[in-house]
Amino acid sequence: MTKDTTSPETPTENAHINDTEITPEIVAEHGLKPDEYEKVVAHMGRTPNMTELGVFSVMWSEHCSYKSSRKWLKKLPVSGPQVIQGPGENAGVIDIGDGDAAVFKMESHNHPSFIEPYQGAATGVGGIMRDVFTMGARPVANMNALRFGDPSHPKTRHLVAGVVHGIGGYGNCIGVPTVGGEVNFDSCYNGNILVNAMCVGLARTDKIFYAAATGIGAPVVYVGSKTGRDGIHGATMASAEFDDASEEKRPTVQVGDPFTEKLLLEACQELMASDAIIAIQDMGAAGLTSSSVEMADKGGVGIVLDLDKVPCRETHMTGYEMLLSESQERMLMVLKPGREPEAEAIFLRWGLDFAVVGSLTDTGRMVVHHEGRMIADMPLEPLADGAPEYDRPYTPTPLAPQIDPSQVDDTNITDALKTLMGCSEIASRRWIYEQYDSMVMGDTLAGPGGDAALVRVHGTQKALAVSTDVTPRYCLAQPIEGGKQAVAEAYRNISATGATPLAITNCLNFGNPERPEIMGQFVECLEGMGAACEALDFPVVSGNVSLYNETNGQGINPTPAIGGVGLIEDFEKAVGNAFIQADKYIFVLGKTEGHLGSSLYQRFILQDDAIYAPPSVDLELERKHGEFVRDLINAGIVDVVHDVSDGGLLVALAEMCLPHNVGCHIEDDNTAGFWFGEDQGRYVMVGADADKILAQANASGLTLSYLGKTGGTELTIAERVHISVKELHDIHENWLPDYMKTV
Amino acid sequence: MQASVIVFPGSNCDRDVAVCLEAATGKKPTMVWHGNSDLPDSDVIVLPGGFSYGDYLRCGSMAANSPIMKEVVLKAQKGTAVLGICNGFQVLTECGLLPGVLMQNAALNFVCRNTRLIVDNNTTPFTGLYQQGEEVVIPVAHNEGNYFADDNTLDELSGEGRIVLSYAPEDNPNGACKNIAGICDASGRVLGMMPHPERCAETALGGEDGKRMFTGLVEALS
Amino acid sequence: MKATVKITLKYGVLDPQGKAIEKSLGQLGFSGVNEVRQGKLIELDIDADTPEAAEKQITEMCEKLLANTVIENYDIQLNLAE
Repeated sequence: MTKDTTSPETPTENAHINDTEITPEIVAEHGLKPDEYEKVVAHMGRTPNMTELGVFSVMWSEHCSYKSSRKWLKKLPVSGPQVIQGPGENAGVIDIGDGDAAVFKMESHNHPSFIEPYQGAATGVGGIMRDVFTMGARPVANMNALRFGDPSHPKTRHLVAGVVHGIGGYGNCIGVPTVGGEVNFDSCYNGNILVNAMCVGLARTDKIFYAAATGIGAPVVYVGSKTGRDGIHGATMASAEFDDASEEKRPTVQVGDPFTEKLLLEACQELMASDAIIAIQDMGAAGLTSSSVEMADKGGVGIVLDLDKVPCRETHMTGYEMLLSESQERMLMVLKPGREPEAEAIFLRWGLDFAVVGSLTDTGRMVVHHEGRMIADMPLEPLADGAPEYDRPYTPTPLAPQIDPSQVDDTNITDALKTLMGCSEIASRRWIYEQYDSMVMGDTLAGPGGDAALVRVHGTQKALAVSTDVTPRYCLAQPIEGGKQAVAEAYRNISATGATPLAITNCLNFGNPERPEIMGQFVECLEGMGAACEALDFPVVSGNVSLYNETNGQGINPTPAIGGVGLIEDFEKAVGNAFIQADKYIFVLGKTEGHLGSSLYQRFILQDDAIYAPPSVDLELERKHGEFVRDLINAGIVDVVHDVSDGGLLVALAEMCLPHNVGCHIEDDNTAGFWFGEDQGRYVMVGADADKILAQANASGLTLSYLGKTGGTELTIAERVHISVKELHDIHENWLPDYMKTV
Repeated sequence: MQASVIVFPGSNCDRDVAVCLEAATGKKPTMVWHGNSDLPDSDVIVLPGGFSYGDYLRCGSMAANSPIMKEVVLKAQKGTAVLGICNGFQVLTECGLLPGVLMQNAALNFVCRNTRLIVDNNTTPFTGLYQQGEEVVIPVAHNEGNYFADDNTLDELSGEGRIVLSYAPEDNPNGACKNIAGICDASGRVLGMMPHPERCAETALGGEDGKRMFTGLVEALS
Repeated sequence: MKATVKITLKYGVLDPQGKAIEKSLGQLGFSGVNEVRQGKLIELDIDADTPEAAEKQITEMCEKLLANTVIENYDIQLNLAE
């Protein structure tokens, strides 16, 4: 089919809005740079009207077009025998055997959550679930990676409370368990919190639905909630830096209705059981515009829309508003011609709106009618793929110095451990996760608090392991190592349960890419991530980029959050990370050299805020360690495994004591660096047969050190350290509730 | 034993409880849509957990007025056993089959965690396989589980042994009066409870204390 | 005919949200604020021939659905100007 790129006629001006003359100010308000606007005019072959300008502005926003990041995203490994669908669809899809597929994605809702934490977080959860069930999957697990400002910042408590309520309010109502996540507090997020929501769904490999629309004349159908003026220009808001006036932008925040989403989910699943759907797309950021452009462009067709058919909640909405509204809980579908009545019956039975709002054409153009007139006529290809791709200048992050080991001589290990167990980064997240329904659907085998969450594939012996990870302070100090570490830690957390890591999604949160040092962080983090994905056979199948997380020139730490998914064939072989029984042997796998640069020990004990080199990641060893751990778990040789991460080895051991109040005795004393260093690639492993474990390690040529035995109700090291597990438990549990109490 | 599960728009534990009922009875329960006005004969009717009608207005209030509930009330009056779990308990109080009301949790937060419960009455068809006074662990997951009734009603409930389940005193997750976790009607055949027995009916999910409720029903009603 | 229904918790019924609001107001520096109670406001437009008929219908709505009279009071206000 040839695409007609010249407009047959100039659209008649719509009553009010399209009469407005397009001035440089209006162009700037739409977030388009002058040279970008020149490109718009060139693609159109004429001056766009206001509606068309609005459509271009959202489609070419950073949020929708990835114009600063695309060049670098292309370099990430995205394929493998397990990959059914990589990046570019609503969500990634991987094969988990027996005709089952796991469908997942992570997405940011940072800016809306800062402005209105409850609704911002709630609609973030709603949006990511729609991305997953649009693909034909039933969501089975939600995760959240949250970053808040310093606990002492006056807004932090309010934001924590609002975001947690919002996530719970939405996810709990839908009935999808929230099974885990991670939370950091750091002053770099004072003006830009990060709310990254991940959803994992299950589908059959032969029932995956895609966005590509085909079939000239096929009806384009709108289902779900009605359209209001919510979030108009949310996509452009997510692509601009904040200033103090941003809080005035409150009215653009969308309001979520989880009840309607639950109905939409059930109705879509019912329709998907038939073969009536050709293509389906969530109306997320940039709403009707982006969903129709993406469906038509991916299918290489054109689309004509009649906005008079769009179900509206408010009166006198202009075409501009309808096209750009980000009202939630809506979907756009292309149906096989003639199948409208059965589809309509399903949606009406669930109490949802259903309207045929257009059809597919062979023009390669998007043509929009409203109130009997044509209000927009635009070529699709430049809208979808023609956004300028920037090769933004970047400067590499200078190498950070190594920390001076003489700084850390005479530490009281007991005091340091207590401080770390009760610090904002390690303290228990129970106050948060008990507000989430982690058990609904009856398949949560391991919920929040473990290394990775385990969710059974309903009715089978298989289980998915899911983990979200990144250590932003490492990414700040040395983006390449930080990028590697984020992927490696997800790999490690999944391996620690016994599951095989399969693929990742990511949510790349950075500052303003127009600053070369920020762009440098982005480029280098991706370089590290890519190397780790390659080395660990852990490809990227979906993701999202959130740039401009910056307020008054203060950017966040680079935060490329990774959401990893793995599979264990028999969930009964999976292990937990807490000591269960006394008199078991405790080992640590991997070398402990005592790397304290960028560690929590540096932040909370040395209280040194200089930037030192983070621990480096040996990817080859990482892979061998992962394989070794999984082999021993699946052979039943070890029965408790915990990866060593924030706070180092002693914190890992303390964490293992807490859940069942089982202590441990470590035989040999050592330096603070040994106990709190954050050397990578390590796991604590526990088993009954010490000789067998050691023999396996010897045979594999890996470093495995004996530490001591489980038992008692104290954590003791040689003659020096004696701490009751109860005391550690209280320190660990009390920080967050105490903090949240003082509202 | 044949079970029916009522499905309201927004129910989300309907499948979970159906899985447990099928495991206990060997038969798939009948799933009945809220808009139906006839309810097939069954030995037990289950009102599942979830957020019927989005929990808008008040939890359970709109579900209590849905067409199928007229039938549920009629069947209950004729002696069919009815089990309301979580949102189902809220529906039972809203439709008047059980007294009192479930208010927002005292801490104003949703709470999802295991709770220790005491079985205060093991003579109902639901609790026959538990020991009187036995402590069991069953999770809760709710935002409105704070049972409230006037003093007369509370006295009546405890005097007649209609408090079937209570939270261990130091483990009350929501501020409920008299630590009430579950109550029954005067006949003992309508039970409303906030904890979710369907979430702990197999060891892989962390416990089997909930399973006896379903197997006990089969013994009592078959 | 337009009407407003105000639903409040009965006195004697604990109102944790009201208490939380009261506490927050205190922390914001509004002193001397007591007895904060929160409730719901429902607006509706009803076809009725007379105000009495409207009030009767709305009372029925309150008893059946809008309020839970175990814990809540309701107050109906008709806007007779329209």
